[in-house]
Amino acid sequence: MTKPSENSVIIIGAGHNGLVCAIYLSIAGYKVRVLEAQDIAGGGAVTSEFAAGFKISGLAHLFHGLDPEILKDIGMQSADFELGPEIKTIALAANGNHLLIGKDSVTGAGLSEEDKQAYKEFKQEYYDFAKALKPLLLNKPPRLKNMDKADKFTFAKMGWGLRFGLGVDAMREFLRVGGINIYDVLNEKIENSHLKGAISVDAVMGHHMGPRTPTTVLTYLTRLNGEAQGNLSAPKNGMGRVTELLVNYAESKGVEIQCGATVKKILIDEGKATGVELVSGEQYKAPLIVSNADAKSTFLKMIDVCELDAMFAKRINTTRTHGSVAKFHFALDGLPEFVGLEASDLGNRMLIAPDMRYVEHAFNHSKYKEFSTEPVIEIIFPSVHDDSLAPPGRHVMSVLATFAPYNLKNGWDEQERRQFTNVVLKSIDEYAPGITSKIIASELVTPIDIENKFKISGGHWHHGEMTIDQSFMMRPIHGAAQYNTPIEGLFLCGAAAHPGGGITGIPGRNAAKRISSLDRAG
Amino acid sequence: MPSTIIQDINQHNFHEVLKPTPFHPRVDHDCLTKNWMDWNGYLTARTYDTLAAEYFAIRSSCSVMDLTPMGKYRINGPDANKFLNRLVTRDVSMLRPQRVSYVVMCNDEGKVLDDATIFHLNEGDYRLCCQHHQLDWLMISSLGMDVSIKEETHDIAALAVQGPTSASALKLAGIDEIGQLKPYDILHTQLHGFEVMVSRTGYTGDLGYELWTSPDNALSMWDAIFEVKQKGFYDIRTIGLSALEMVRIEAGFILPGDDFNTAETAIRADRVRSPYEVGLGWVVNLDKPNFTGKRALLDEKKKPIKRRLLRLEVSGNKAPQDSFLYAGKGGKRIGTIMTQIWSPILKANLAMADVEFAGGSQPSEIWAEIYYQKELEWRVSWAKGKVWNKPFWSHPRRSASPPDSY
Repeated sequence: MTKPSENSVIIIGAGHNGLVCAIYLSIAGYKVRVLEAQDIAGGGAVTSEFAAGFKISGLAHLFHGLDPEILKDIGMQSADFELGPEIKTIALAANGNHLLIGKDSVTGAGLSEEDKQAYKEFKQEYYDFAKALKPLLLNKPPRLKNMDKADKFTFAKMGWGLRFGLGVDAMREFLRVGGINIYDVLNEKIENSHLKGAISVDAVMGHHMGPRTPTTVLTYLTRLNGEAQGNLSAPKNGMGRVTELLVNYAESKGVEIQCGATVKKILIDEGKATGVELVSGEQYKAPLIVSNADAKSTFLKMIDVCELDAMFAKRINTTRTHGSVAKFHFALDGLPEFVGLEASDLGNRMLIAPDMRYVEHAFNHSKYKEFSTEPVIEIIFPSVHDDSLAPPGRHVMSVLATFAPYNLKNGWDEQERRQFTNVVLKSIDEYAPGITSKIIASELVTPIDIENKFKISGGHWHHGEMTIDQSFMMRPIHGAAQYNTPIEGLFLCGAAAHPGGGITGIPGRNAAKRISSLDRAG
Repeated sequence: MPSTIIQDINQHNFHEVLKPTPFHPRVDHDCLTKNWMDWNGYLTARTYDTLAAEYFAIRSSCSVMDLTPMGKYRINGPDANKFLNRLVTRDVSMLRPQRVSYVVMCNDEGKVLDDATIFHLNEGDYRLCCQHHQLDWLMISSLGMDVSIKEETHDIAALAVQGPTSASALKLAGIDEIGQLKPYDILHTQLHGFEVMVSRTGYTGDLGYELWTSPDNALSMWDAIFEVKQKGFYDIRTIGLSALEMVRIEAGFILPGDDFNTAETAIRADRVRSPYEVGLGWVVNLDKPNFTGKRALLDEKKKPIKRRLLRLEVSGNKAPQDSFLYAGKGGKRIGTIMTQIWSPILKANLAMADVEFAGGSQPSEIWAEIYYQKELEWRVSWAKGKVWNKPFWSHPRRSASPPDSY
């Protein structure tokens, strides 16, 4: 083993945030090596074959594109990603009176003109709120005590944006709703319960929250941040395409990416990170170690707990990281028929969430470690836009079903898996009668499977709940919320860090910036 | 299990606000003042008959104090040594079996939670004793470690036998090997057929021992000691917490919770204290592997110290109780008297004082503003303080080995 150069960096995990961080650091002049446990790079953003000839995005299946700020910084174009057409949302109704929901307009039988207008105004108002939060997302979260210059600047920018960007009235409204729930907000604004049900899904999907859970406005705004930056779409060849482009780009910038390299532990000497040891026993040394893994994996699995202070370890251990979503992959012998929908409509994202009570009741089960008997379901057919994913004439269906708690009372054994699959198919069958007859093969990915396959503690998409107490300067916990950690030379760059989950690349970007600025400061 | 909880509730006697210790029949018999107080939920005597007599028993003969209420935790398992060394600021990785070490526990911010003694009972088997209940912190600290922690506060009865004649008295009581014990040594022995653990430890600054046994043998242990008195060999007196307070201040020992707020009980950010600030820098080892609070203490060490708990002798004969301290007569306020006593042996007012160190240095003068009563009329006076870097009182017999026989 050669002596590491002073500017070498090891990044643990080649998910999108790890790759974005690698590209930034490489451009900044660091010598970057990315170690990935799986056989392919990408983390949750991969395309995998789940049945012969049928491919699907492994975890995330739709996205809004990487943050434009990032693309600009690193010199990539959004066109590179070959994103498919804009995907709208269809809120399914059993009677065929579906709603077609776009970014700022909604249509559908039974929808009043008032509601159409109300939706438009609501979205505009909330885009503005999301915009006001943006300076916070694109910077390291400012500390409240011992602020440095950058922290003060972030606060000033956000304060300015709130006060003068939004104006006094909107700011007051923003401060009113910032910590409350989407249920109350939507009831204030919109009459149509079907529409409210569909909107509320965006606030709770992926979280252990129902529409009435406090801070669901915040999770909704996070979602809108994505919406504001680009259309919802599926990249050609699935999410693996995004990774592939990032990998190629990173490698062209000199980043070394090594797959099948599972990090067993982070080596620490006198409180400083000095390298990593792989399961194979191989060691790599570097003065900078950046973990794209979740906080529990990083601190409690890869580090000897004695290197951490007791309360720090305890606080990491008590972060809420139980995933709530199960993902289904179905190989279909042809497109199913949905009542009241044309085949061409199936390129959209379909939601089963008839109203907010339905969503809240679905959530209730997960509080008691049960899966929802009437789950909230999101369905897409990626093969409608992309014929590379299934053999000719056949299709793939990607389904997100919540709530499917990580800590299911009886555990996710074969029987529970079969029962939940039946529950989900029964729900879909109400809108697409006879769909089960078209199923050739299927795969269920529960939070437990997500944990095992993607090495995400608790199988939580976002590497931890994005409630206000686990956000900003408290993500994953205070003391490790500015990408650097109590271990000198060890940084976080994944969704466990601010601003959290979603295929945005922002945590990776912010971490890279933090690393170079701390390094410059010595 | 819920069933055991219910059982505990049923066993609890709500008329019994404070729990009697296993020595209670004897303690209650000897305690003429019935001046009880609460120590960790136990019924504890503040004084037995006369404070002065109790004090002089410690300093010039032999005293016995019931220290059952002391928090006691049994720690063992494969990671026990690793667990303890990460828990405390001192390096205890090499603590030999049958030895005791005085330690300090800090939180992540490097602020003192409690001081404690670690008894390495037998290879890999430890007992941690501390002033306050610390089970919660021990459980927090055990995350990710293969260690067993058992609360044994109520399962071990303990007596402190302290004073110049303590070794001689205990020898007569039947502990033949008492003379072999060096300071901080542990001895497992038999007394009248039951097991007793003896450690040469204490809180008085004098020659002294602590005896540990099961609650079933508590009264026999007590009687074995007092038999020496009945036979007329040595005077042995029961002492309460008030006498202990006098000797511990003389000996310069701190009392967490009284001399300063312990970290997990403080609400205000400026009330917590680091080991350096309470004069326990000597038990902090920044060269050992990581321990809870190490990073914070490394940082603190780089900066000038902000305040110190000082041993302060206050001139004159007026008790500087709760006094404010000033940089000069009527000058800037720089601190507070935390605890104070009149020392009969030194004929002086002795105190533990929390004092600000502007610019990292000790104030050149410290004055106490003392309020006192004369026939129910309040008056104020000023007295100058003198800082003691060493304990106010110490005696070579504390560490003489073998102990002198008196």
